[in-house]
Amino acid sequence: MKVGFLGATRGMGRSLSRLMAARGDDVFLLGRDLADLERSARDLEARSGKGPVGAAPCDLERPGGFAAALDAAEARLGGLDAVVVTAGDFARQDELEQDVERARRLLEVDFTNTVVFCEHARKRLLARGGGTLVVFSSVAGERGRKPVILYGAAKAGLSRYLEGLDHKFRAQGLRTVCVKPGFVKTSMTDGLRPPPFAGDPDVVARVVLRAIDRGQPVVYAPPIWRSVMLVIRLLPRFVMRRIGF
Amino acid sequence: MNAGSDGTLSGWGRVPVAGREVRSEDLEALTRDAVLCRGLGRSYGDSSLPPPGHPVVAATPLADRILAFDAATRTLRAEAGLSLRAINRSFLPRGFYSPVTPGTQMITLGGMVAADVHGKNHHRDGCFGAHVTRLRMRVADGRIVECSPDRESELFRATVGGMGLTGHILEVECRLVRVPSPWLLTETERIHDIDRFIEGLKEAGPRWPHTMGWIDCLSRGALMGRGILMKGRWAEPHEAPRGVPVPRRRPSVPFVLPGWVVNRWSVRAFNAVYYRRHVPRVRRAVVHPESFFYPLDAIGHWNRMYGPRGFTQYQCVLPESAGRGAARRFLELLTHRGGASMLCVIKDCGPEGIGLLSFPKPGISIALDIPIHDETQSLVDALNELVIAEGGRVYLAKDQLTRAAHFRAMEPRLAAWTGIRRKWDPEGRLRSAQSVRLLGDHP
Repeated sequence: MKVGFLGATRGMGRSLSRLMAARGDDVFLLGRDLADLERSARDLEARSGKGPVGAAPCDLERPGGFAAALDAAEARLGGLDAVVVTAGDFARQDELEQDVERARRLLEVDFTNTVVFCEHARKRLLARGGGTLVVFSSVAGERGRKPVILYGAAKAGLSRYLEGLDHKFRAQGLRTVCVKPGFVKTSMTDGLRPPPFAGDPDVVARVVLRAIDRGQPVVYAPPIWRSVMLVIRLLPRFVMRRIGF
Repeated sequence: MNAGSDGTLSGWGRVPVAGREVRSEDLEALTRDAVLCRGLGRSYGDSSLPPPGHPVVAATPLADRILAFDAATRTLRAEAGLSLRAINRSFLPRGFYSPVTPGTQMITLGGMVAADVHGKNHHRDGCFGAHVTRLRMRVADGRIVECSPDRESELFRATVGGMGLTGHILEVECRLVRVPSPWLLTETERIHDIDRFIEGLKEAGPRWPHTMGWIDCLSRGALMGRGILMKGRWAEPHEAPRGVPVPRRRPSVPFVLPGWVVNRWSVRAFNAVYYRRHVPRVRRAVVHPESFFYPLDAIGHWNRMYGPRGFTQYQCVLPESAGRGAARRFLELLTHRGGASMLCVIKDCGPEGIGLLSFPKPGISIALDIPIHDETQSLVDALNELVIAEGGRVYLAKDQLTRAAHFRAMEPRLAAWTGIRRKWDPEGRLRSAQSVRLLGDHP
C-alpha cells in the first residue's frame, strides 16, 4: 500500500507508521518540521530494512501548502492508495477558556484545516478510483464533556464530516476510517491524569491497522472505549452536569 | 511503569517516593531543565527516582527512534529511549543482536549505558559500554556534547556506568553482533553445591559465551548453593529450526499479591521443586532467545509478587582475591540471617571495563531478591559489611538500601569519578534519590 502520512513523527502516528513500514507499506511522511520528519524517515528505514522513506513539509496551520505536499507524496510513491492523518492540535480546556485566540487556532487546525486537507486527499484518491482515508478524530467528540468542550467540538465536527464522506463516496471506492482513540498515553496527554482504560499507542496502532485493512468506517481504540462511550452517550444531561468526565 | 497516578514513582522494587514523569518525544527539549532522566524504570532501587527537592524526572521512552544502522559495520545509532526489546525484535530477523543484554529487555539504550549493564556473557564480552562507540549528551550547563572512547574520553568513561549523573544521554551509538541463527542452543546442568557451582562456571566459560546459574539459597550444609547452571550459545544454521522465533504474549501478575505469599516456606518449596524437576542432570535444547535471556519478562508485573511493601534486589561481586570460599561465606551469612530469595543468580565476571564506576570486576557476582520487611535494612548492612571485608562491591542499578559510608568503603574509584563529574557539573545540578543517599548530593 502507498501511504501519505500526516503526523507520523509522534504518538499514535509514530506507532502506526512503524507497523505499516514494517509490513512493507511504502510510506511518505508529511509534517511541520522537516528535520524531525527526516529522523522519523530514518527510523522507518532502519526498522523495515527497506528502501528510503521520503518526506515533505506540511503544516496544518497553513492550508496553502496542502496540495503541494500531497503532490510530493504522489510523485514520490507513484500514486496514493491511502492517506492517514494523525496530526492535530491539543490544549487543555482551562487553557483554551482563558485564551480565545488559542481556542480559535485549535478549532481551525482540528476542524477546518483538517477537513480541507481531507478534501485534497479525497479528490486525489477518488481520481485514482478510490482508496482509504484514515483520520484520527477522538472519543472527545462523542458527547459535550466538561474537560474537552472545545477540542471535543472540533472532533465532533470532524467525525460528522467523515461520516458524510463515507455515506456519499463509499460506492465510488473511497473508504473512510474515522479513528476514535480514547485516552492514550502519549506526549499529547502528558500531564493529564490518566483515567481507567488509558491505552498504549502501540496497541492503538494495531487496532487501527486492522480497521484500515477491513475498511471499517469507525474504530474505537483501544476497543474498550466503544463500550465506555456507549454508556457516556446514554447518560442523561442532569448526570453529565454533575460528573467531571 | 511504576508511575503511580498518586504522584509517586518507584523503581522495579516498588518502593515509592514522591515524583512524576514528564514525557516527550523531544529529548533535547525535555532535558533542558531536567536533573535526571528515567527510562523504563527497571532499575530496582532509587537510581531512576528524583531527589526530594526536585520531584520530576524526564522520561525517555518516547524518544525511541533509530537514527542509522549500517549492516557492514554493525553500527546502530538511536535515541536514548529506544528499548532493547525494540532493537532485538527489529534486528534479530536480520541476523543481529545486542552484544550484551541484561536479564530484561524492557530497558532503554540510555539505561543500558548509565548502568553499564552486563549479561550472561560478561566473562567473554564485558559490559555494554565496551560496545558503545559514541554518546550524544546534554551536560549540566545546557550544552550538547558528543563523547566517545577518544573524544571527551573522561566524560565518556564517567558516563558509562555513571547512573545518569554526569549528563543526560540523548543518543547512543553502539555495535551490534552478528548471530549465525536467531535461536540459542543451551545446556542446563543440575549442580549439587556452591563450590562445584563456581568450578562449573569457570569450566564452562571458555566453551560457552553465555553462562549463569540459579541457586537455591535456602539449602544449607552439604547442599548449600545447589542449583542449575545454564550455558548457551547462538545455534549454527544447521542446528536451528527453520524460521524466526515469534515473540509470545505474556501472562501478567494482575494485582499486588499479599505480603505473606513470598515467605521462607513458599520459597523453599519452589526451590526444591525447581531443582528436582531438572532431570536428567544435563539437558540440551534449542530455545527462543527471549526465554533464555529474559525468563522473567515472560510474566508481566512479576514485581507485584513480593507484596505491598515491595522488595529490593541485592547484587554484589566478590572478587577473585577473596578466594573460592567467599561465595560460601556469603551464602552462610544469608541463610543464617534468614534471607529468603526466590531468585538467586550467580555469575562469574570478567575484567573491569572502561566505565569508571561500572559494577563488574573479576570474581563471582551474586544477585538475590529480598522482600522489604522490618529487618531488610539490617540484613543489607550485614551483607555489605561482608562484601567490604571480601573486597567486593554492589551494583547501583539494584541498590536501594546501602549506606553512604559502606558505599565509600567499597569504591576506591569514587574520588576519580566524582572529580570528572564535578568538572562537568560544578553546581551539582544533576542528581537522583540514589545520589542524594549515597554520594551526599544536596536534596
